This record gives sequence, structure tokens and C-alpha cells, in this order.
Amino acid sequence: MNVRIPILKLRDTLIVSIQWELDDQTAIQFQEDLLTKLHETSARGVVIDLTSIDFIDSFIAKVLGDVISMSSLMGARVVITGIQPAVAITLIELGIRLEDVMTALDLENGLDKLQLELEA
Amino acid sequence: MSNQSSVEIQTEWDIVAARQLGRNVAKELGFGTVDQARITTAISELARNIYLYAGQGRIEIQRLTENGINGILIIAADNGPGIPDIRKVMEDGFSTSGGLGAGLPGVKRLMDDFKIETTLGEGTDIRATKWLR
Repeated sequence: MNVRIPILKLRDTLIVSIQWELDDQTAIQFQEDLLTKLHETSARGVVIDLTSIDFIDSFIAKVLGDVISMSSLMGARVVITGIQPAVAITLIELGIRLEDVMTALDLENGLDKLQLELEA
Repeated sequence: MSNQSSVEIQTEWDIVAARQLGRNVAKELGFGTVDQARITTAISELARNIYLYAGQGRIEIQRLTENGINGILIIAADNGPGIPDIRKVMEDGFSTSGGLGAGLPGVKRLMDDFKIETTLGEGTDIRATKWLR
């Protein structure tokens, strides 16, 4: 059951909505797929929406943190959107800080934030 | 009806199976979404520790009732190398696996009770409980 996470392109932004529980393989595959797509499309921004995700463990947090740093190396900005209250609470209690990560309440706010960032 | 169930941890997929089992039991017991996330995350971390450090082991989920209060007990047991210095692994930020696993202090914070027994060369047994308030 190795499914790949779809990555959509909208103008100069890539949009990803993670809709199901991430296993290790899918998370690693996503990392590669996103960077490849960035390279192919020369997109400058990425929005990763986590609205449907009801928990994040340290492994998924590390993969997310890494993909943000990797995208940044390639010159793209990443915004994480839609983190649920339960996810925010457990991440902090677990001791995980996603520092220097741009976040927004939802996809719409995330796209606005990214646009401002890219125009600046 | 059995009030316990378990998942053998041998591959990465078993980590997913263990946390799904835990989440289902937590949901059935009536835990809210935040506690469900805490329990699921704790199981994921404990199962990953088994996978990373012991190679294989078992996650057991039990329903508890004590003084009329329901709870869920997670047992993470393995016959791995054991933990040489428990005090050290219970310090925040200590990890031997290059940043994988937020470690046991995180799991302890997510749960209400946390007990660990480990013997070098014999294995580790971790019991973590969350009570339904």
C-alpha cells in the first residue's frame, strides 16, 4: 500500500494536501517527489496542508523539517498550513519545535502569506 | 471479549499497525481528540524505539479500570540490548539515533503514568498509562 502524495502546481507554487496517515516509506517518497517537482517546475513556493492529519510523531516531524530545509536550499519557501489543535499540543508536549517554519491557519492564509513573502 | 491486544513489531509497517490499534481502542474508550493524538503519538514513539534499538518486540494495548476510572495501558516490551543509562535517556534532547525519536521524556509527558524496567542484555519493558477524565 505504497501510495504517493499528489503534488499540484498553481502558477509558481506547489500545493500538497496530506490526506492520510503517513507511514515511513510514504513520507520519504514524498520528500523526494517534492524536491524533484521543485526542480522540474522551478516553483518558488510550497504549501503543505496538514488539515487531515490527526497526529504527528517525531519521525514525520523530522521528515517535514528536513523537506523544508531542503526546499530552502533549492531557493523555495515552504508554508505549513492547517495544523490541528491536537497536533500542535502533542508536538510541543513531545518536545518537538519546528523552528523558523512559516505556518498559517489554513490553505487560503498560507497562499496569501507565501505570496507576500515571494513579492518581498 | 478480550481486553487486551497486541502487535508484534518487526517492520516499519508494524509501527503503523500498533498506533492504529491504540487509536481505535482510545476512541472506543471515549478519549477526546487531543488524548487520542497523545496516545497514538506515544505508541508510535515506543514502537519506533523497539524497531530502531531492539530490532523486534511487542506493543500491547490494555483497557484498564481502577476505582471506576477507565484508562488505557501501553506496554512496549522487547528482548533487545537494554538501556545502559536510564537517567541519561530520560534527559530531554538525548538521542543515540541521530534525531529520530523525540525519546522517552516526550512519551512520559504525553501520558499520565510512565514506568520503565530494563536489564542489560535482556530487554526493556515500558508501561505508560492514560486515564480517562
